[in-house]
Amino acid sequence: MNVSMTVNGRSVSADVEPRTLLVHFIRENLHLTGTHVGCETGYCGACTVHLDGKPVKSCTIFAVQAEGATITTIEGLASDGELHPVQEGFWERHGLQCGYCTPGMIMSSAALLAENPNPSEDEIRHGIEGNLCRCTGYHNIVRAVEYAGAKMRGEEPAAPDWEEAN
Amino acid sequence: MATTSVMGGAVRRREDPALIRGTGTYTDDIQPVGLLHVAFTRSPVARAKITSLDTSAAKSMPGVVAVFTYDDVSHLGPLLAQVPIGKLRPLLAAGEVNHVGEAIAMVVAEDRYQAQDAADAVEVDYDALPAVIDLKQAASDEIKVHDELESNVIHTWTYHGYWEALGLEDQTPEVDAAIERDDAVVVSLEMTNQRLIPVAIEPRSVMAEYNSGYGKFTVYSSSQVPHALSGAISKTLGLRASDVRVIAPEVGGGFGSKLNVYNDEILTAWASKELGRPVKWTETRREAAGATIHGRGWIGTATLVGTKDGEFLGYKLDAIADMGAYSQNFTVAIPLLGLWIASGQYKMPVGWKVDCVVTNTMTTDAYRGAGRPEAIYYLERAIDAFAHEIGMDPFEVRKKNFWQPDEFPATMGCGFSLDSGNYAAAVDKLIEVSDYAGMRQRQEQARAEGRLVGIGVGSYVEVCGFGPAVLAEIGFSWSQFGLPASFNGSGLVRVNPDGTATVIIGTGPTGQGHQTSWAQIVGDGLGIPFEDIRVFHGDTRDHPMGIGTFGSRSISVDGTATFEATAKVKEKAAKIAAHLLEASAEDIVFADGGAHVAGSPEKTVDWAAIAKTAYQAHTLPEGMESGLEAQAVFSPGNATWPFGTHLAMVEVDAETGDVKLLEYHAVDDCGHVVNPMIVAGQVHGGIAQGIGQAMFEDAIYDDEGNMLTGSLLDYPLPTATDLPALDLHRTVTPSPINPMGVKGIGEAGTIGSAHTLVNAVVDALTPLGVKHIDMPVRPKRVWAAMQEARA
Repeated sequence: MNVSMTVNGRSVSADVEPRTLLVHFIRENLHLTGTHVGCETGYCGACTVHLDGKPVKSCTIFAVQAEGATITTIEGLASDGELHPVQEGFWERHGLQCGYCTPGMIMSSAALLAENPNPSEDEIRHGIEGNLCRCTGYHNIVRAVEYAGAKMRGEEPAAPDWEEAN
Repeated sequence: MATTSVMGGAVRRREDPALIRGTGTYTDDIQPVGLLHVAFTRSPVARAKITSLDTSAAKSMPGVVAVFTYDDVSHLGPLLAQVPIGKLRPLLAAGEVNHVGEAIAMVVAEDRYQAQDAADAVEVDYDALPAVIDLKQAASDEIKVHDELESNVIHTWTYHGYWEALGLEDQTPEVDAAIERDDAVVVSLEMTNQRLIPVAIEPRSVMAEYNSGYGKFTVYSSSQVPHALSGAISKTLGLRASDVRVIAPEVGGGFGSKLNVYNDEILTAWASKELGRPVKWTETRREAAGATIHGRGWIGTATLVGTKDGEFLGYKLDAIADMGAYSQNFTVAIPLLGLWIASGQYKMPVGWKVDCVVTNTMTTDAYRGAGRPEAIYYLERAIDAFAHEIGMDPFEVRKKNFWQPDEFPATMGCGFSLDSGNYAAAVDKLIEVSDYAGMRQRQEQARAEGRLVGIGVGSYVEVCGFGPAVLAEIGFSWSQFGLPASFNGSGLVRVNPDGTATVIIGTGPTGQGHQTSWAQIVGDGLGIPFEDIRVFHGDTRDHPMGIGTFGSRSISVDGTATFEATAKVKEKAAKIAAHLLEASAEDIVFADGGAHVAGSPEKTVDWAAIAKTAYQAHTLPEGMESGLEAQAVFSPGNATWPFGTHLAMVEVDAETGDVKLLEYHAVDDCGHVVNPMIVAGQVHGGIAQGIGQAMFEDAIYDDEGNMLTGSLLDYPLPTATDLPALDLHRTVTPSPINPMGVKGIGEAGTIGSAHTLVNAVVDALTPLGVKHIDMPVRPKRVWAAMQEARA
């Protein structure tokens, strides 16, 4: 079947098997390998992309279901080479270790902040509840999202909370 | 933004820019031209003879290139194991299966969907046999798992007998005598330390490309141990290790699960050679749950004896550890790591016995902590029960029995010496930073309101930094894979002609930030800016020898080697600078990206000038070798022994049994730290995994050996809403066994946290009379314990 959509601002079109998952279309047809597969059941969230502005788990939908949609993947989040504030926050606050859940986590966090520019810690935790991370215990991911929120509101982010070396 | 190259700086990670942009490369991202995909047909039954195996339908399916079974690969022998006690895993099932998920046939096809379709079309008939799952039943030998083994108990570890050469004294009689004393207070708890699935978020993946023209392999694998994999492939396929280049690119978490060499890695490489095309296998999440190693899986009884004023007189553990069906990498040796820290931070005699039994389940091996969380859990749960029994504060009873700072190095009954420690200092800091007194007040208030609020304390000591040469004598090495026996660390430091530095190390990080920390070590040593240092790891072509990353060993062993290589480079650079400045090498000082004669900073030669000189032989001092690089191998004299104490506050819902973690405080001591940001991250993640075990995770096989927790819906990991912010602090007690005074931090959080959480839950339920609840403390189990106590 033919499928067409806009991915990271580019019109793309391809013939795919009807059963092709959106995540495999993105990774293997478009060669955008920043979107990861973690569990194939929609539980871990590593495959999260934005579909028409909303976060979706791209391993739970077929490519053909995204016909005509506008998709943003992690590769399309930075603009003109400038990191999105959430990407900057993850770097500044050590919000990632192995990096595998990170693209999905960043996409979910960016969607959260787009909807709620000033979330409480509890709201951040609920906002990323659908994304699993095995490395960070979420602590620094929450701090990264707080950092990004502050930046997007034009405020000074809170200082990091790790204890300095002594 | 911090960009100091100085050790101890919270430098932003070098690794991150690619990872946050989605441009990092993991194994499954690699798609060479002509790539073939693998899927495995796996056993749906736990124990059976295979009565027929028909691949003809699968072979005729669209896109299928080959289907392989045991007969195709039997000549390669079984999967190599470092500690070959028990039965080794056949590369594909050899006429019988011994656990659900065991690989029976390997399908290679043009795309991954076709491969999976064909794997499903392989027809297998089974003659089912009774499965051995229960550990006590297994230990009884009522039914033997493998006919060719004498017993299901394939090894027994005892505290005094694990290493005969040490001539250690059996302390069990001393503990038994204490139990008989009139003034003895004895607590004994039968507890389960349940089987866990590691769940790296990146499924394992391997992509092998054999070039018949060159006779060489390039293998990408999601591995913590690329050199071991190169050794295993080359040994199995009869090649030189130097012709099997293994690259571990970005690796999406490991936690021990990727420290094994697996049959799928060997088979994928072999298939590439057979078929003359690049071949890739990426596991599904269900395969990750049933065909990647598990961890823990112990049952046992812990007994602590002491006096009513809190003095410990001795400790005993009698346990059974589940090995699974086949021994893979270190399988049988995992409990040994627990044995070394059986006495924790306490000075007392220990009796210890752990039987290693085979069952019809997936192999167990090293999962974050590996034997040490189990050992500490049993000990610290017993201590907590003891404190409740005599009515003493859990901090106080621990402090009473710690090794004292002036007793280090402190030799334990197992023969090893704790390198350094100030255990009470960590406790004192924890009491202060957590406002422990205030926590107890809030607990009292909550109890007065009828709420079930509990506070749990848990200490730990860890043995890590595996590298001492003596360990090779008891099987801790890669010698079975054809590599040097010792776990020595190594590092290579090169200054390039443009004055930048290249650092090459043999580690296999999975998110630990080695490119950053190692650049700090070398930058600090040479005075070359952080930005001008590149660190490479995980490639067997670049580095002649690598041990990989596991056992919290990289910074203390490989980091130290790099530190020493840096010093060697600097020594040579000083001679070249002295030659250029017409001075004596002893008078050279390094500062501001170059070198000058002490007292004359106005006349500096920068690193580029020094390096250019080094790379043109005719400008060097007479007799000096050209080049500006050095390699060092570090053989530590002892392991390192980090420690700490954790503190948790929980509330149990009196109606539903739901446990909410309210607060978590920790003081950890890993000696000096290179990057405090990275260290905090390691502790965060470690604690989350310990809490995961305590509260949620449980790998369950039913009585027939069916895997009931094969997806993340059935195997719940902690989510962001399950955990609070973690309040972390450190004390610093440098290790005397390496020049940086570092100890390692990768596993400490996990070793310190599971018992802390359970101690808190039991404390919450103490008013009801509950003495113990097994992990995971899910609502159903807690509710049942409350009902039983109330009845």
